[in-house]
Amino acid sequence: MSDWSKAVSAGFKADGTGPTGSRGLQMEEALSFEQDAPGRTGVDLPEPPTVKDRLGGLARKGAIGLPGLSEPQVVRHFTRLSQKNYAIDAGLYPLGSCTMKHNPRLNEKMARLAGFGDLHPLAPESAVQGALELLDQLAHWLKTLTNMPAVALSPAAGAHGELCGMLCIKAALEAKGENRHRVLVPESAHGTNPATAAAIGFTVEAVPAQANGKVDVAAFKAKLGPDVAAIMITNPNTCGIFETEISALADAVHAIGGYLYCDGANFNAIVGRVRPGDLGVDAMHINLHKTFSTPHGGGGPGSGPVVLSAALAPYAPLPLTVHGKDGFRVIETPQASGEGSKALGRLKVFHGQMGMFVRALAYMMSHGADGLAQVAEDAVLNANYVLARCKDVMTPAFPGYCMHEALFDDRFLKDTGVTTLDFAKALIDAGYHPMTVYFPLIVHGAMLVEPTETESKDALDAFIATLRALAEKAKTDAQHFADAPRLTPRRRLDETGAARKPVLRWRPETVQKQAAE
Amino acid sequence: MRYLPLTPDDRREMLAAIGAASVRDLFKDVPAKVWQSKPVDLPMHLGEIEVDRALSAMAARNIPSGQVPSFLGAGAYKHHVPSAVDHLIQRGEFLTAYTPYQPEIAQGTLQMLFEFQTQVALITGMDVANASMYDGSTATAEAVMMAGRVTRRNRAVLSGGLHPQYRAIVETHGKYGGFKVESLAPDPDGKEDAAARLGDDVSCVVVQYPSFFGHVRDLKPLAEACHAKGALLVVVTTEIVSLGALESPGAMGADIVAAEGQSIGNGLNYGGPYVGLFATREKFVRQMPGRLSGQTVDADGRRGWVLTLSTREQHIRREKATSNICTNAGLCALAFCIHMTLLGEAGLKRLAAINHAKAVQLADKLAGVPGLSVVNKSFFNEFTVRLPKPAAGIVERLAAKRILAGVPVSRLLPGDAALANLLLVAATETNTDRDMDALVAALREDLR
Repeated sequence: MSDWSKAVSAGFKADGTGPTGSRGLQMEEALSFEQDAPGRTGVDLPEPPTVKDRLGGLARKGAIGLPGLSEPQVVRHFTRLSQKNYAIDAGLYPLGSCTMKHNPRLNEKMARLAGFGDLHPLAPESAVQGALELLDQLAHWLKTLTNMPAVALSPAAGAHGELCGMLCIKAALEAKGENRHRVLVPESAHGTNPATAAAIGFTVEAVPAQANGKVDVAAFKAKLGPDVAAIMITNPNTCGIFETEISALADAVHAIGGYLYCDGANFNAIVGRVRPGDLGVDAMHINLHKTFSTPHGGGGPGSGPVVLSAALAPYAPLPLTVHGKDGFRVIETPQASGEGSKALGRLKVFHGQMGMFVRALAYMMSHGADGLAQVAEDAVLNANYVLARCKDVMTPAFPGYCMHEALFDDRFLKDTGVTTLDFAKALIDAGYHPMTVYFPLIVHGAMLVEPTETESKDALDAFIATLRALAEKAKTDAQHFADAPRLTPRRRLDETGAARKPVLRWRPETVQKQAAE
Repeated sequence: MRYLPLTPDDRREMLAAIGAASVRDLFKDVPAKVWQSKPVDLPMHLGEIEVDRALSAMAARNIPSGQVPSFLGAGAYKHHVPSAVDHLIQRGEFLTAYTPYQPEIAQGTLQMLFEFQTQVALITGMDVANASMYDGSTATAEAVMMAGRVTRRNRAVLSGGLHPQYRAIVETHGKYGGFKVESLAPDPDGKEDAAARLGDDVSCVVVQYPSFFGHVRDLKPLAEACHAKGALLVVVTTEIVSLGALESPGAMGADIVAAEGQSIGNGLNYGGPYVGLFATREKFVRQMPGRLSGQTVDADGRRGWVLTLSTREQHIRREKATSNICTNAGLCALAFCIHMTLLGEAGLKRLAAINHAKAVQLADKLAGVPGLSVVNKSFFNEFTVRLPKPAAGIVERLAAKRILAGVPVSRLLPGDAALANLLLVAATETNTDRDMDALVAALREDLR
């Protein structure tokens, strides 16, 4: 009898829940480890050929501890787990700064073409010409959309792209024999910005924003000096506002010999309409999983190519795809001279997130230059529509129009006893994934709503009606919010307890008991 | 445009509700001189058929490993992925969900990650594992930086048996991150003595198991030497299937295991996305980078999972975080978790046994090719052969005959005459006897 069978109780619970704990379509599901039958497997593999092993006397002794399940059990297990997740496919997912847009299925199909999905990264150049062409095409689209001369494709995610961009800056400074150690970052920046700069030895200084949510150019200028390596700016910024004076900031930092890093997390708001290269940017990462719709997958894989100005381009990390006499070539090891000879090194094995490149290029080709400009416009229109229709019952953090995301603070909840977190949890019971909460840090009880361009007006109207109803309800029924969510597979979880005594893996019952004693 | 639901009427109504005359008004903060009023210089939108045709044409110019005899490895391996894996990871509830920041509606991802962490800990023989990293190479760099935090020391020693691109990544982080990296000379014979490089300033020794050249060495003596000097042993595995047949790194004294999980559940994908596995000892957990799923209870006392120990991470700690990493490889970790669940104890062990047996058969067949010698005494599913002439040329000539013979060592370690004739050859459960015979015949002909 498996652990799970033993755990099933005898009868119905007081609330009508059946013996398994399942309720209608809400299925309780045990851990795979609790469904083990020793020797059972979900694959049929032939008996291995008999050979004398050459494992150097290190053949594994004893059990690993993995459970045995058949294929039908595995399919049911993961299907049931999937049903405990909210997803864009199921509903509006207005998670600000995350750009949860529709993930086209054509892109999935393209990434699975054998010529891409089953292609080995170290196959000879003659066997990968189509893959190198795809890298070249993707680079062309990214460079054209940003008006930047170069792009490093290999970073595996946005933060990895930031690291790449900041390393290019460090390499360029070193090449000039300069040892600048300060990096200026607005207080509203995403946490990865200061973490990235600090990880490679820069001293990070936070610069407060103005009352209108924009960077304070005067405050930045006051801090500039010969020891400043770079300014890191997000544009549009994390408050959902375009930094009008970014070009002035670029000029100022260039004048003292520093560089402008732009966090491109919010590129979706301006793609096809504004080219960051026209703003004086030296390096900017692009989250392909945001603007270019590669699926978020429950937390990755991401992909974070970095576009680079002419000043930084020579320092781009390996590998590089180049046009050779007989087709494309890849430069993947340090060069004594010519292209790649100033490369800062390497950040990732092989060539980057190829599967994501295929999806992103399919997305770009599907939209075209015309469709991408429409993406930016519709994303901004949708966010402003939510802002306009909710601003009388909720409290916008800043006056005026927003870009692709509408930022509210918690003033409208003042004296109700309802917190931003409660409000978010009540939204879950109403059938929505909450917006981003408590970010950016500079806004009290922040709620950052990013509907994206792939929501219809009907979907927005329903969402707006829900927000308005909740804002109204908050005035009279704080308990509704404090108790939320009630209708989910799990109610609020004890995060403090989880961190105090971390249980990070399953262990057999006997081991658990021994540990308790 | 098929992905954009707003109609012209919708847009007009919405602008009216907003009180703006045009969409351009909403962008009023964007200066006129940088506004692109016309589409940028790129093609216009295309339908599914046209995109499919263009990309399929590109894909057709490549040689996929499954269509020819292929013996490529060196950190990426062709394995059979059961059909259920790709079906399940394409469920929209997994594919189109975000990081599980709202645990009440993300229990599917969180429970899966908890199972994944348990699988990784068991296979590597370690106490705890995280919810995955970008890939094995970046996990290795993170392991070295973690060893620096744990030991408060500043020099890492990298084995000459470490994958050269992994080594390059650690060196890049060292160069710009302010720690020293001592890379030992390439070790094609598997005989180096890394322990000799230990000193009071060494944070860790990084070895690959099985090594880049395929050797399998007992790591216990090295672990003991590291611990005697207060250093950590970081073990890197690029072929995770090997741990179904081999003693685990944890059992031999590893302090951190950084591994590539691509072999389980994930395709070759021309090098990514893959899934980094990261495991360590319980006592180091608060210095570990990356996300963690932890067990807890909900308001009704029912078991559930949340992201935990996030006070290590950048969104809380900002410039004081243990790492700048903000994501994991969620969907690739899911593919790994499903495939591993399908395999189970019996399946993983058998898969590993088949891989090893195929490689032994291949090594024996290749040993009969005049002029070729197998370098390795020990290996799992990949080994090094020495050829009488440069491996790179042979590989190109065999590719023209649609045989992917292996990875020339010189591709990753160019400019060293002693390595020019070495070829890495891998065999997995996907290789047939016919594949092997085709390789042997082609090599015989090329070397004649």
